[in-house]
Amino acid sequence: MTEVRFTVNGTAQCVAVEPRLTLADMLREECGLTGTHLGCEHGVCGACTVLMDGLPVRACLVFGVQAEGADIRTVEGLAAADGTLNVLQHAFQAQHGLQCGFCTPGFLMLATWLLEQKEGVDEARLREVLASNLCRCTGYQNILAAVRVAAQEMGVWREG
Amino acid sequence: MNWVGRRLPRSEDPPLLRGEGRYVPDIAIGARAVRFLRSPVASGRIVALRPPPAMPPGCLFVTGADLAGVGAIKPGLRRFNYRAVEQPVLPVERVHFVGQAIAAIVAPSAALAEDLLEECELDIAVDDPVIGFEAALAPGAALVHPIAPGNVAVEGEIRPEGFAETLSAAAHVVEFAFRSGRQSAMPLEGRGGVAEYDRATGRIRLSASAQMPHQLRTGIAQLLGMPEADLQVIAPDVGGGFGQKMALFPEYPVLVWLARKHRGRFAWVEDRNENLIASAHSRDQRHVLRAGFDPEGRLLALEADILADVGAFSVFPTTCAVEPLMALAEYPGPYKVPAYAVRARGVLTHTCPMAPYRGVSRPVITFGIERLMDRAAAALGLAPDEVRRRNLHDSFPARSATGMVLDEASYIQALDEAVHILDIPAFRERQRAARAEGRYLGLGLSVFNERTGYGTPAFAARSMDVVPGYEVVDIAMLPSGEVEARIGSSPHGQGLRTTLSQIIADRLGLDPGAIRIIHGDTDRTPYGWGSFASRSLVIGGGACQVAADRLADKLRRGAARLLQCDPAEVTLRDWQAVAGAASMPIAELARLAHQRSELLSDAIGFNLAETGQYDPGGTFSNACHAAIVEVEAETGHVRVERYLVVEDAGRIINPMIADGQVQGGVAQGIANALFEEVIYAPDGTPLTGTLADYTPPTCAEIPEIEIHHLETISEATITGAKGLGEGGSIGAPAAIVNAISDALSPFGVDVAEFPATPPRIRALIRGRAPRA
Ligand code: FES
Ligand code: FES
Repeated sequence: MTEVRFTVNGTAQCVAVEPRLTLADMLREECGLTGTHLGCEHGVCGACTVLMDGLPVRACLVFGVQAEGADIRTVEGLAAADGTLNVLQHAFQAQHGLQCGFCTPGFLMLATWLLEQKEGVDEARLREVLASNLCRCTGYQNILAAVRVAAQEMGVWREG
Repeated sequence: MNWVGRRLPRSEDPPLLRGEGRYVPDIAIGARAVRFLRSPVASGRIVALRPPPAMPPGCLFVTGADLAGVGAIKPGLRRFNYRAVEQPVLPVERVHFVGQAIAAIVAPSAALAEDLLEECELDIAVDDPVIGFEAALAPGAALVHPIAPGNVAVEGEIRPEGFAETLSAAAHVVEFAFRSGRQSAMPLEGRGGVAEYDRATGRIRLSASAQMPHQLRTGIAQLLGMPEADLQVIAPDVGGGFGQKMALFPEYPVLVWLARKHRGRFAWVEDRNENLIASAHSRDQRHVLRAGFDPEGRLLALEADILADVGAFSVFPTTCAVEPLMALAEYPGPYKVPAYAVRARGVLTHTCPMAPYRGVSRPVITFGIERLMDRAAAALGLAPDEVRRRNLHDSFPARSATGMVLDEASYIQALDEAVHILDIPAFRERQRAARAEGRYLGLGLSVFNERTGYGTPAFAARSMDVVPGYEVVDIAMLPSGEVEARIGSSPHGQGLRTTLSQIIADRLGLDPGAIRIIHGDTDRTPYGWGSFASRSLVIGGGACQVAADRLADKLRRGAARLLQCDPAEVTLRDWQAVAGAASMPIAELARLAHQRSELLSDAIGFNLAETGQYDPGGTFSNACHAAIVEVEAETGHVRVERYLVVEDAGRIINPMIADGQVQGGVAQGIANALFEEVIYAPDGTPLTGTLADYTPPTCAEIPEIEIHHLETISEATITGAKGLGEGGSIGAPAAIVNAISDALSPFGVDVAEFPATPPRIRALIRGRAPRA
């Protein structure tokens, strides 16, 4: 067992894990943050996407021990403490960007990262980035629409 | 104010968006982990099977021998030509496909269980497997199961007298032989279950990622010989199913057996490899069609020879007949045909079993008939839309070739509208110009009908031992005026809570926020059939409407008593019971009914609860799909430039959710048309065991999907709704491949297989020069 210290959604954590435990399993099993989902455990589907020190990572391909000292953000950190959805989450609901919801946390974290980039988002960049993740239910169109609307509302959408 | 017909956002979404959904892998945390030892070979005799030499404390090894007394899975079909092959929960003698569960390891953690799996001793005397139709049907082929001669598990045939003469007398005979690849529904969440023993009651609770919780309970209880009432099955949040999660998989009875015997909590969460090789496959079919047309292009006779590779076992409860016999019954879709002859066979092979997948057989038969229509158009010198127009049913109710009643529909209108939107002359112009530059554009149409919302009679006609169909809904108003509706359906992402609450709210004069839909728990809901076959909203929604109407009657009687008027004078709207100038809040009525029953009980009794049942005969949705693609001749790559759906699903309860179902279905259909295929090596080893090999598309491959709705209100259902869950995936393979064939017409080739992958397209046109 190895001790790992890191923060998740602003809260300091210290857990003892086997070195082979993935970040996804560490978050789910040790931190109780089951919003991060596993769709393939081999780095293709992106359902497990979380932000680690500001960058999207596939939590099934990162070991928990690699999170030592890191700042992690997961889907549980998006809404306000009283549960109010943020702009992006709200756009997913308004645009019907989810059906079964299993891929949704990964898309939300990927899009959160995209919307925080200072160069902003245009259509080509939107598709390029969101093509990292798989959804089996929606056919993607409404996921793209949700992130587009959120970008517009946040003032980071670039035409053309 | 009507709630039905509005784009109401889904009440399901907020918890899912906060990461507060509760799926099986979330419930599994802390349980003892179960992993399955799976067969590495397709066929053979188990010679030795032993646990790891050293089993750490808290670990268990379970084999078929331990399960003595547990029955075999044996889906029944009352047909003389059905071979009821038994599937042992864990085999003791033979294995039948790569991935078949042979034994289970239980350990405190999944990682430890996986370590132990590698140390299990398994010796199998390997036999040559039977892989693919040719091998299975070859004379003298080894038998997958001795009770199924010729490796045919099920067979059906219709051959009217004089058929051969009718066909050969036709002015034009058009043939089409094609194959659809083997595919996986591939829900993003795989299968999994958590079984827990309750010491206080002696009951077991199984939480499973399942589409049919009630049926799963019945099936497991029968296998284990346990009282059904001692088992509670819960389908919590389910991360997609698309048909794959209908089946009673062997892993579930093992979990329940473990929980009973060892009085603990046991969890199995499959990984993606297991899902791809050992859950269920679909679509693997080969059809040969021969169609006779008169000189004007009217279909006179259709002959179909259908083969479906059903894998090694028949799945419970739908049986291995679901694909071949549905194809038998539903060719030629929306087209008139005076003479129809068909033979359909379900063929056993040493591969993963076949189960329903969104669309069930209709993607394949639509591919067949729609490719055939294009070939007929070419042979007859007609435009593709014209040959369809001449053959579509145009007066209703009509009777299909196999006697099904086709209710009021808009086959020709949907086609006409699609053709109008597409502006085909302008496209042909663009196509010509592109060809001159060596770019190959094509346009493809696909017209189909989709049998939806069919109840017990339709399933009874299939002679399954288990006959699904009806739905029952229990509805109750609480003293606060809020309503609980307990449904037998069990959604897996379709937004059914929202749409059903819209239906109920309208009937009771409430708003959907006051309605709670309770589902997916056999302890709390009436027996029902879950979600499959585009039925939940039609049948479950119909039952909700019946139940809500009864409750509304009761409320009107109660209000009439208090307002001293006739019940017929009372209307329920905006949370008020209104009779002329008088009114009272529905919530007050509800409170009085429960807590001041002396005022109301002689009018309405003691509870504000009713039951609704619904069992419709079924209806048909219909649609025209159209695709415009560009094929890169050098690489065989296909880009979908435009995708159009003109869809008629009757009354639309929530247009936003309806469009989402169509878009998701089309995306899966495009995936089926272009990308996804389960591939086996000749020795039966699956070669597509990861998502890097089985390649579902991303948003880079799926275009915007334009949807236009027609609304032929169904007379066959009480809500007027027809189902639409599957239509998207039914229409897409035909539309896309027709477009590819159109694009490649200068090469004189014709695509007769899907998925139409780049290597397949390259193989077709290699060495061929395009005609100008
Ligand atoms: S679970 Fe990590 S990429 Fe699929
Ligand atoms: S919503 Fe089901 S996988 Fe995306």
